[in-house]
Amino acid sequence: MADPQQLQSTTDAGNNLPFAIIHRLPNFKFSLSWAEDIVNLIEPSDPLYPIHGPSARVAIDIGPSPIKSEHLDQYPSVECIIGTSAGVDHIDLAECRRRNIRVTSAGGAFSEDGADYAIGLLIDVLRRISASDRYVRAGLWPDKGDYPLGNKLGGKRVGIVGLGNIGSLVAKRLEPFRCTIGYTSRTKKPQVPYQFYSTTLDLANNSDALIVCCALTEKTRHVINHDVMKALGKRGIIVNIGRGALVDEKELVKCLVGNELGGAGLDVFENEPQVPKELMTMDNVVLSPHKAILTPESFEALRELIRENLKAFFSNKPLLCELNLSG
Amino acid sequence: MELKAIGVLMTYPMSSYLEQELDKRFNLFRLWNLPQKNDFFKENSGSIRAVVGNTKVGADRELIDSLPALEIVSSFSVGLDKVDLGHCKEKGIRVTNTPDVLTEDVADLAIGLMLATLRGICECDRYVRGGLWKKGDFKLTTKFSGKKVGIIGLGRIGTAIAKRAEAFNCPISYYSRSQKPESKYKYFPSVVELASDCDILVVACALTEETRHIINRQVIDALGPKGFLINIGRGPHIDEPELVSALIERRIAAAGLDVFENEPHVPEELFGLDNVVLVPHIGSDTVETVKAMADLVVGNLEAHFSKKPLLTPVFID
Repeated sequence: MADPQQLQSTTDAGNNLPFAIIHRLPNFKFSLSWAEDIVNLIEPSDPLYPIHGPSARVAIDIGPSPIKSEHLDQYPSVECIIGTSAGVDHIDLAECRRRNIRVTSAGGAFSEDGADYAIGLLIDVLRRISASDRYVRAGLWPDKGDYPLGNKLGGKRVGIVGLGNIGSLVAKRLEPFRCTIGYTSRTKKPQVPYQFYSTTLDLANNSDALIVCCALTEKTRHVINHDVMKALGKRGIIVNIGRGALVDEKELVKCLVGNELGGAGLDVFENEPQVPKELMTMDNVVLSPHKAILTPESFEALRELIRENLKAFFSNKPLLCELNLSG
Repeated sequence: MELKAIGVLMTYPMSSYLEQELDKRFNLFRLWNLPQKNDFFKENSGSIRAVVGNTKVGADRELIDSLPALEIVSSFSVGLDKVDLGHCKEKGIRVTNTPDVLTEDVADLAIGLMLATLRGICECDRYVRGGLWKKGDFKLTTKFSGKKVGIIGLGRIGTAIAKRAEAFNCPISYYSRSQKPESKYKYFPSVVELASDCDILVVACALTEETRHIINRQVIDALGPKGFLINIGRGPHIDEPELVSALIERRIAAAGLDVFENEPHVPEELFGLDNVVLVPHIGSDTVETVKAMADLVVGNLEAHFSKKPLLTPVFID
């Protein structure tokens, strides 16, 4: 978290560094002290904000803190928003386009961690790692005997919903596990050795497990709906490391309660931090508090990216991981 | 020949599918169900020509000696540390195991344990189920991709683990009795050297006199407070009290354990720790693999009694 004391002293130091606005929800704490050799950091709550804030040309958006039109009204000179998360569904991109504001994302900084976590959740659900860890810790092994059998990963058909940065790394990691890999995305990717399906339903019909790792947009909201779950079937597994709203959560709960789905590994939920209570007691479900990407290694990569983008912006060089807002 | 007349002794309830398949073909006796073992052996030992054992109850010298008609031990496992191989050889008893079919499962679990341990997946699940998320905590875990993986024992399972870890960009090194000239991975001639050079140490060797407690205090210290230990081998590979105190004192970062010295008993000091993942010896416990293993056990027995070549014989040195 940026320490206000420190902000003030930098500001009072009278350096010639440009200002950058920190935009964050009050509970999102993230220290940016490592950027203070490039910019002076300022928050809207800062007493000096009325002096320096209105002329700041850059805003750094911490995590998934929403940026809407009314926020942008408070940042009249901002030309560039530096995002710090992989997804950007919390930023009003249409409004940014209208105001000619450029937007960057965290791009690939978190991709490896996201992909690793997806595989971790998939193996956990299939092999019942978290559930059997609970069994051992509860002291049940000596009394109740061997834990019920899990399922094999080898030979499974795994469908990847969204073959972007993270999806491609998921596919690469799955290869030596002898899985058959399919995917769906807006367009078929040339030079990709995996089977392409033009719809998620089609992919689900040909998969034993789905890994959801696409961006959340108006078109992908509830991309995993009742029909997709039905197509995946009784033994099918859903892993979601994208965004909660990619999955119709009510339907998911219904299918799991009714044994119409085999299991799920969920890092994200529709209404975080609320998790449907029906899931809390299921042994075929692994629940995780939106942590797929939270490692020090990822943050180091993110810090580098933000520093590079701040330097690039103020020296009129091309930005890294800039979103194409023209579409 | 009439297989139904052949007595087969199963030592432990390892798979209901296997019991059913053996029942169909042979005269099956269940050792764990016998009320009067002495009477049973007096009456039936002459007709029992095969033992089906596993990693919990195999065929020790005493069992072998009490079955004078024994011809074959068909083990429902890859590891044979519960079978007295020397004694079998001496008495001309053939031994089979179930290699290969469980390699993938054990390697998958090893990677699953690495991910669960480094990324704190089980801890995350406990945290959500415990209703703690609403209180909002912010704890980082350790990245897996790119970590240096050191493998003890580069046999079938060790090689399968290496292949999987490579897809996560992990540099691989290994220790084994002798260097494998065909391997592209970095070789260390001692476990201590391997442990000091890697981030994640995986035990994937067979349990023998030499490998008992191959993970001792010295190795744990070499692995150090940022090191992770994964055991999908056998419990006695690790000096368990040493590991327990290292985990409590955070002298190693964390451990993922599928096997324990005194199964099904797990040291209770571990139950409250968040830097350990504990699973109940489920290395090859999948519906698909258990079926494949059972089919091999039955197939070996059928081959033996119809005088055909064994499917997966064990050659005893």
